[in-house]
Amino acid sequence: MARKKTIRTIPQARTPMREQPGAERARNFAEVACGYSVAEALREADRCLLCPDEPCIRGCPVGIDIPAFIARIGAKDYRGAYDVIAETNFLPAICGRVCPQETQCEAVCTVGESLEPVAIGRLERFVGDAALAEGWLNAPRVAPNGFRIGIVGSGPAGMACAADMAKAGCEVTVFEAFHLPGGVLRYGIPDFRLPNEVIDAEIDNLRRLGVRFECNTLVGRLFTIPQMIDEMGFHAVFIGTGAGTPSLLGIPGDSLNGVLSANELLTRCNLMRAKDFPEYDTPMPLGRRVAVIGAGNTAMDAMRVCLRLGAEKVYCVYRRSRAECPARAEEVHHAEGEGVEFHWLTAPVAILDDGKGGVRGMRCTRMALGEPDDSGRRRPAAVEGSEFDFEADLIVYAIGTNANPIIGQTSKLRLDKRGYIETDAGLATSMAGVFAGGDIVTGAATVIEAMGAGRKAARSMKAWLGLRDETALAGEPAGTLFGIDARERNFARIRLA
Amino acid sequence: MGAVVDDGSRFEVVSREDFSEVTYLLEIRHPMMARAARPGQFVIVMAHARGERIPLTLADFDRAKGTVTLVVQAVGKTTRQMQQHCHVGTELYGLVGPLGVPSAIGSAKKVVCVGGGLGVAPIFPQARAHRASGAYVIGVVGFRSRSLMFWEERFRACCNELIVCTDDGSAGIKGFVTDGIRHALERHADVDEVVAIGPPVMMRACAEATRPRGIKTVVSLNPVMVDGTGMCGGCRVKIGGEVRFACVDGPDFDAHRVDFDDLMARLRRHAVAERAAAERWSETCRMQRPPEPPAEEPLPLPDPFEEVRGG
Ligand SMILES: Cc1cc2nc3c(=O)[nH]c(=O)nc-3n(C[C@H](O)[C@H](O)[C@H](O)COP(=O)(O)OP(=O)(O)OC[C@H]3O[C@@H](n4cnc5c(N)ncnc54)[C@H](O)[C@@H]3O)c2cc1C
Ligand SMILES: Cc1cc2nc3c(=O)[nH]c(=O)nc-3n(C[C@H](O)[C@H](O)[C@H](O)COP(=O)(O)OP(=O)(O)OC[C@H]3O[C@@H](n4cnc5c(N)ncnc54)[C@H](O)[C@@H]3O)c2cc1C
Ligand code: SF4
Ligand code: FES
Repeated sequence: MARKKTIRTIPQARTPMREQPGAERARNFAEVACGYSVAEALREADRCLLCPDEPCIRGCPVGIDIPAFIARIGAKDYRGAYDVIAETNFLPAICGRVCPQETQCEAVCTVGESLEPVAIGRLERFVGDAALAEGWLNAPRVAPNGFRIGIVGSGPAGMACAADMAKAGCEVTVFEAFHLPGGVLRYGIPDFRLPNEVIDAEIDNLRRLGVRFECNTLVGRLFTIPQMIDEMGFHAVFIGTGAGTPSLLGIPGDSLNGVLSANELLTRCNLMRAKDFPEYDTPMPLGRRVAVIGAGNTAMDAMRVCLRLGAEKVYCVYRRSRAECPARAEEVHHAEGEGVEFHWLTAPVAILDDGKGGVRGMRCTRMALGEPDDSGRRRPAAVEGSEFDFEADLIVYAIGTNANPIIGQTSKLRLDKRGYIETDAGLATSMAGVFAGGDIVTGAATVIEAMGAGRKAARSMKAWLGLRDETALAGEPAGTLFGIDARERNFARIRLA
Repeated sequence: MGAVVDDGSRFEVVSREDFSEVTYLLEIRHPMMARAARPGQFVIVMAHARGERIPLTLADFDRAKGTVTLVVQAVGKTTRQMQQHCHVGTELYGLVGPLGVPSAIGSAKKVVCVGGGLGVAPIFPQARAHRASGAYVIGVVGFRSRSLMFWEERFRACCNELIVCTDDGSAGIKGFVTDGIRHALERHADVDEVVAIGPPVMMRACAEATRPRGIKTVVSLNPVMVDGTGMCGGCRVKIGGEVRFACVDGPDFDAHRVDFDDLMARLRRHAVAERAAAERWSETCRMQRPPEPPAEEPLPLPDPFEEVRGG
């Protein structure tokens, strides 16, 4: 047994992760962060104090047993580390790369009180990559139970729900509107942050659990949610359709060519591979001087994509200050390293027309922070007389999204006043047997929250179907929902079918 | 890539007809879509794995046969490539739909259905549905000349009256579809709806032709689209000064409120890149298959055990 570790005995500095150098990587689409080697992972694992009160677990939206998996790494039991993570998180190679750990588990790490916190995310990625490389899969064999589950949308919420239901012995089909599964992971987050191969491998793992993927299927239009239950023989449905149309600013020049949403830019580049135009057919608007409005993860991705496509200058225009910037700290740091120019406390007033239907520049005003608003962040207000123009030929909006209307248009599901799907605490919607989670319920959030929602919905779904569930939380309704005994209702249905 | 395959259906071309050098019809097997399709809806097609997603209107659907029909004009890279490669027995890589809000059918008693250019085929299911709902249907279809005409019999069968317009007068009346509309309105004072599908200039002209009389006029807009599911915002159009998304709020809109200047300006977006793609494709179009992409080295996944194994 090793001696007891203290803050003084552990390696003091956080183990850095190797990265492609800024100038070089800003011109290619290869992954920026290279991951830990075994030696690096062991060194970093050694920094964990294995605190008995486990603050990090509470910091994690899905409650991964962090000290346990780090301890297994320390014991060189990598498969064991994977099994610990896989109990709660099905996609460690993805979450290790994209979770905002600095505001979650790492924010509350004890080591972080005096030194830099343990690099939990990097260790998680190490384990995830090891699992992919070795083909590990945490798939307990369960006898098929005859229940058929339909999942709408193949983003992280849908994937997580699919995994849990498949593990419980259900026959699961995932319907995806695009021609490839993965949701934002595929069409939004670029290769240099999350390589397609990682997504492919995780999707393949779902296949190994028996999950079927049917792409090119827009639910609501090809068939409706009520049809899935009433005609297609699904015993329960999960909706994880993600984000909808991008918000626009509503300022003059909005509809000029050369103004587009980050979602469009990223979809063209990542999903349709416009970065390889003309080998791939989809074209891409290229900018010499690009201004991206917003400072979330989407904005960072858009800026870094534009740099890689050859833009000379990329500006980030954000009306609040750096402290309020919602992107992962690592991404802001990466964007800076690649040469993005940040303009904090700056808001666009108008987009200037080049007289030929394109963009010549943008008029902005300086902002100052006032009193805190509802979100607790200080509200920015325009500084009078501070307007100025600058040159740009491509403007990218990354200021958030609205609810996608399709499911609402084609079913009677109850929506909230902004158009998102309304659910109860267990993520059941107003339609019996139909559950929903992820961005279509909460509005834009994070991969791990979407995944957590998918798993929570799976728990409710199992309860509703009357399946025994070892992962069920105390205090959750077991057999009945909406006053119907689920087991009765569904076994009856199976017998009929 | 290619690692991820779709477990779902394939989209086989079961029949094809060439109407002219630039216009061709593809009938594709998709029983579920044939069942769901309604007039006014469209699909997004991906011809092959490296292709662009292009929107095409459902020109017909046959629930009994389980097929949907597209009529395509070869105007650029993708549509010309499809013209060359999509033969009976081949498969499309992707086909998603039906997309968009179905047209409102059933309230109008007398309808003029106008189709010009690539809008001729898409207007057909609307004309048929209006007729089936009991309306009196006047079809107006426009072609440049007789040699480009198609589906005359089908239109005659579903319209109470059909006015054919050709630019050169080689068939029907000499003139544009707006002349056809004028003819129809002169003879029928009680037309309560005009539906027009075609190039934006044509739809604008139709809107102007009916505006003075205040006749309800519906057009089907065709902005550039990417996903077609209300996510990317590329298809935004201005209707009565407000931003709407054609793929989920449309594609049908009130013609008198559409900002056609905005639509036409936005359609010129990728003009340069499109020309480059088409030219590049033309150079290689004598080859049997589209050129393979440069061999793509899959990004190796980082394997943390490499060093341990001495790899
Ligand atoms: C560019 C970008 C970068 C991001 N970076 C990060 C990050 O670094 N870290 C982080 O934690 N979060 C990040 N996020 C947020 C995160 O990706 C999302 O919160 C998360 O993906 C939401 O998951 P979801 O499963 O709800 O939906 P999505 O991932 O949006 O997936 C929904 C899927 O459903 C499909 N679909 C929609 N409607 C239908 C329908 N009717 N029928 C069938 N299929 C349908 C869609 O095509 C899509 O594939 C980022 C988001 C973006 C856009
Ligand atoms: C809702 C909708 C329904 C449509 N229905 C049909 C249809 O039934 N039959 C059909 O032949 N075409 C239809 N179109 C147009 C069709 O999508 C375009 O012709 C196609 O995308 C062109 O692709 P391309 O690669 O061959 O040409 P590109 O190389 O992309 O473009 C060649 C030329 O076509 C023009 N063009 C490009 N995109 C569009 C567009 N979306 N609309 C109009 N012109 C465009 C360009 O300005 C350019 O001049 C529809 C478009 C929409 C949005
Ligand atoms: S809080 Fe930090 S040091 Fe403590 S167990 Fe969690 S990761 Fe380890
Ligand atoms: S095509 Fe993307 S939102 Fe309409």
